[in-house]
Amino acid sequence: MNRLVRLFRTSIGSKLVVAASGTLLLGFLFVHAGGNLLILKGPDALNGYADWMQGHPLLWGFRLGLLALFAVHVLTAIRLARANRAARPTPYRRIARLGARLPGRLMVFSGLLLLAFLIFHLLHLTVRAVGPEVQPLLDGAGRVDVYGMIVASFSEPLTAAVYLLAMGLLGLHLVHAIEGLFQTLGFNHESYQGLIRLLAPALTLLLVSGFAAIPLLVISGALGGG
Amino acid sequence: MDFTLHIWRQHGAAEAGRFVTYPVRGISPDLSFLEMLDVLNEELVGRGEAPIAFDHDCREGICGSCAMVINGDPHGPLPGTTTCQLYMRHFANGAEITVEPWRARAFPVLRDLIVDRAALDRVIQAGGYVSVNTGAAPDAHALTVSKQAADAAFEAAACIGCGACVAACPNGSAMLFTAAKVVQLAMLPQGRPERARRVIGMVEAMDDAGFGNCTNHYACAEACPKQIPARFIARLNREFLNAALTSREFVELARPHEHEE
Repeated sequence: MNRLVRLFRTSIGSKLVVAASGTLLLGFLFVHAGGNLLILKGPDALNGYADWMQGHPLLWGFRLGLLALFAVHVLTAIRLARANRAARPTPYRRIARLGARLPGRLMVFSGLLLLAFLIFHLLHLTVRAVGPEVQPLLDGAGRVDVYGMIVASFSEPLTAAVYLLAMGLLGLHLVHAIEGLFQTLGFNHESYQGLIRLLAPALTLLLVSGFAAIPLLVISGALGGG
Repeated sequence: MDFTLHIWRQHGAAEAGRFVTYPVRGISPDLSFLEMLDVLNEELVGRGEAPIAFDHDCREGICGSCAMVINGDPHGPLPGTTTCQLYMRHFANGAEITVEPWRARAFPVLRDLIVDRAALDRVIQAGGYVSVNTGAAPDAHALTVSKQAADAAFEAAACIGCGACVAACPNGSAMLFTAAKVVQLAMLPQGRPERARRVIGMVEAMDDAGFGNCTNHYACAEACPKQIPARFIARLNREFLNAALTSREFVELARPHEHEE
């Protein structure tokens, strides 16, 4: 039997798939957050960055790669979660709450809600099927006015609230994910486990605050200039 | 001391079970939990009722038989303790105590609190041993084992195979058990020749037995009466990924049995 086929049919191999795809997605999120924060440098920087990406020859290759990563991550996690449910057909009357802390217990829940948010987010800012009409759509240099679109969107309290809520869910998802990722890949030793326990919330906080800063700055009036 | 017990009663594997409430009175605080059940059983037999069936053997915390979930905790509320070493003084007088069997698809209930834990035996049969030549005992110093390796192997070898890790895991996963058994032998020179085929066989047997998958909650390690740490699971992951990605055994040895739904 092929080595990789046999590996991915095991529980540990499937978890490796979830962990590895999750790590790549985490890398994407950091790049995404970094790109977003160009908004702090003003309309020209953000619109220029967006325009460069839109015209990039690898844009669709990158998008399809991301789609494949998300599909593999979500479908493998759902397959594992279904097997986990099936492994205990009769529930306990009194649940052993031992060790199983909330973010870990809510991984499937937070993951599915994040998937719903992702669909909304793509419809909102990529397809632009939902959300406010931005007039004019182009900035002075003839590029798509991403800056104006972001400010107009987050000036709507409901949209800003949806994004902030989603970032809370992302934090819930990542704080367990980052810690678990090391364990799944086989890294856990007394000598550095304390560092991993610090790293997981620290990286999560860094990423989530990078994303959440933008709606917060728009709401507070610090961005967009009223 | 007086207690109100809510105990799972189930006459056989194919029958439906239910909780039955039993008041017990005048219990000495120095009775173990199992001895308290013995007292209740004497009473039940005296009334002509069927006694509560539960597994037990050594009653000194080393055989791993006395499997039951007490108030939501496998082996009860005291850390690092089997049910037989749990005493009634660890409960408040008048406490309500819920007693359930291990709940996992891989551990079908046979009767009352007794479950069939043969799934763990199948994991052992798939590689949890070393093959040695019989004959005269080898010289004690023939193989060098470092203090560090000996200590780690011993920590893993403390596993008594009780199944509390499976019972505590939200996914009914046997990763801590399998990890302890794999790591114990992987740390020692005697375990080296079969190292790859052992971890491959045991992980695949674990998957086939219908246990769930580890999601890194570490409820297993908290429930473990021998306090086996969850980092052994990371070592199991490492052992398995190493064997799966680099060993010839993973390509050349057939999978012994396919998953049966």
